[in-house]
Amino acid sequence: MRLFKIKKQNLIPFLRGLEGFGELWGPVKKGNNFVYVRAKPEDFDLTALRTIIPAKKFFLPSKFTSLKFRDNRWEDNYRPRKRVIFGLHPCEIHALNIYHKFYTRLYPDPYYLRSKAATLVVGLSCIPDEHCFCYATGTSTVNEGFDLFLTDLGDRFLVWVGSPRGEDSLKLVEKFLEEATQEDISRYVSWRKKRDASFKLKVDLDGMPEIVSFSYDSPIWEKMGNACLSCGTCTMVCPTCTCFDLEDEYDLKRDEMKRDRFWYSCVFREYSMVAGGHNFREARSERLKLWYTHKLVGFMSEYGSPACTGCGRCEVSCPVGINVISVVRALRNERSTALWVKMEVENA
Amino acid sequence: MHEVFYKQENPYMPERARIVRKYDLTEDVRFFQVRVCDQEKVFTLTSTYSPGQFMMISLPFVGEAPFSITSTPSRPGLFEFCIRKVGRLTSRLFELEENDFIWLRGPFGNGFPVENMMGKDLLFVAGGLGAAPLRSLLLYALDNRDLFGKLFYLHGARTPRDMLFREEFFQLKQRRDFQCYLTVDEDPEENWPFDKGVVTSLFKYVKVNPKNTAAVVCGPPVMYKYVVQEFMKLGIPDANIYMTLERKMKCGMGKCGQCVVGHKYVCVDGPVFTLWDVKNIKGLI
Repeated sequence: MRLFKIKKQNLIPFLRGLEGFGELWGPVKKGNNFVYVRAKPEDFDLTALRTIIPAKKFFLPSKFTSLKFRDNRWEDNYRPRKRVIFGLHPCEIHALNIYHKFYTRLYPDPYYLRSKAATLVVGLSCIPDEHCFCYATGTSTVNEGFDLFLTDLGDRFLVWVGSPRGEDSLKLVEKFLEEATQEDISRYVSWRKKRDASFKLKVDLDGMPEIVSFSYDSPIWEKMGNACLSCGTCTMVCPTCTCFDLEDEYDLKRDEMKRDRFWYSCVFREYSMVAGGHNFREARSERLKLWYTHKLVGFMSEYGSPACTGCGRCEVSCPVGINVISVVRALRNERSTALWVKMEVENA
Repeated sequence: MHEVFYKQENPYMPERARIVRKYDLTEDVRFFQVRVCDQEKVFTLTSTYSPGQFMMISLPFVGEAPFSITSTPSRPGLFEFCIRKVGRLTSRLFELEENDFIWLRGPFGNGFPVENMMGKDLLFVAGGLGAAPLRSLLLYALDNRDLFGKLFYLHGARTPRDMLFREEFFQLKQRRDFQCYLTVDEDPEENWPFDKGVVTSLFKYVKVNPKNTAAVVCGPPVMYKYVVQEFMKLGIPDANIYMTLERKMKCGMGKCGQCVVGHKYVCVDGPVFTLWDVKNIKGLI
């Protein structure tokens, strides 16, 4: 256990010091939302909650060239830039842990491993808003998956070191570090109490794996399918969505062939379509069922926890209100304000 | 610091291979014999896979898709594929000549649990292109005949012209230690010497010890239901009924997600599933 503290006014020089590892990225306000961008530390918003696109973009970009083909040979030139990402909340770090387990099992993904090695994760504590439900998914605190984790205690930050690389990176900012005292710990304990009391969204994910499995033939999937636009937003903003597609493209300028890899979505119609036109999941309801089964049942049996970290992105993003909260409530026969739940099923 | 990751073998990197022989099996299905160009990898790659596994075949600029290996690891040196012209990639594969290059990744998938099948009677039921993955296991069993009990192979096709590996099976039918029954739905030229009718009509010939039989089926989706009913009538346990399934796949390694059913990735948890899996995981067939 390595614990330090820094004074609040030292945060900016602290982050600037960490730039010695690589480019500094963090959450910045954009319109009513937040986005991770490369910026000066003074531009970061310490109150930022969920960004539009989660931090998975640093580990496998939304689109990148995985292979090139030249002179009858495939080449792999993927070299991620070294980055420090500041401002990752516990839900985001939990999602990255799921990402890590997923991409390192069976056939470890070389692109992921390179990005992982090139990225220093600096976590930051947060106070939940009305869309956060990480207490229900058990992801409101983290023990691993970060290099450094900062807890905002008013006039100071607690700095928790989570990895040997995090420890090494502290050499860049040694002069700002102070030993954490017993008083800091008591401050932390009262901060935790205050934080835990500030969750506003009440949802119970208990029993989710088997309730989803038992509800395979429930009419609510049909309702959901009728409302869904198949836009794929939920999968792009979900921090634990991992699916991708590979496509070969010809680069006319450089006269070379490249195999691009980009995020893909199971709610797209073409997702399960094979050559010859057969579609294994033609109906929107089938595709949504896959998404929720995979999130709430599949990961549970493979990794022991659901693939939802309670970040609330699907809640604020889905244009028709299909999200983990409304789906779980509908499956549990609980009252819901989601419009799609009230809609009548055609031809039912 | 992280240079180590650049040296590590990239499982997305295709391996160059040469088409050494090709010929048409039917009007739209072609047989390809392929040899990996890297001399050091040839033997390991072609002798260590399991029947039922598949490989990703790719052509630059066109793309990549999964194909069952139809050869057996008991005859190493070459990979064999049986490919139907159905989409963009397969149409381009049909334009290739002998000595042209294709690119391979794999083998992937669980394959048949050959070790569990040893000592048991084997009952194969193939329909149409389903003969491709089954031929791998069948040849493996024939090459290691002592390791298995009785061998029954039932094969159905639409017409005699559509029957894959027709001549090969005519020859294999001569073997006394192997029961091979072939049937066609229709015989427009009226010269088919064997059974006519759907593949399930061949079950009348089957004499196996159901409690000690591994049954394997592969064919068009409509076939599974009827064939499985016949297996159950014989009294073969769910866990000994195997089927191999197809899905869209882009990586073959349980990552891209496009083959997911429920929480199983067909490319790593399959493509071979038992009847119990199919009952337990909704949407598999």
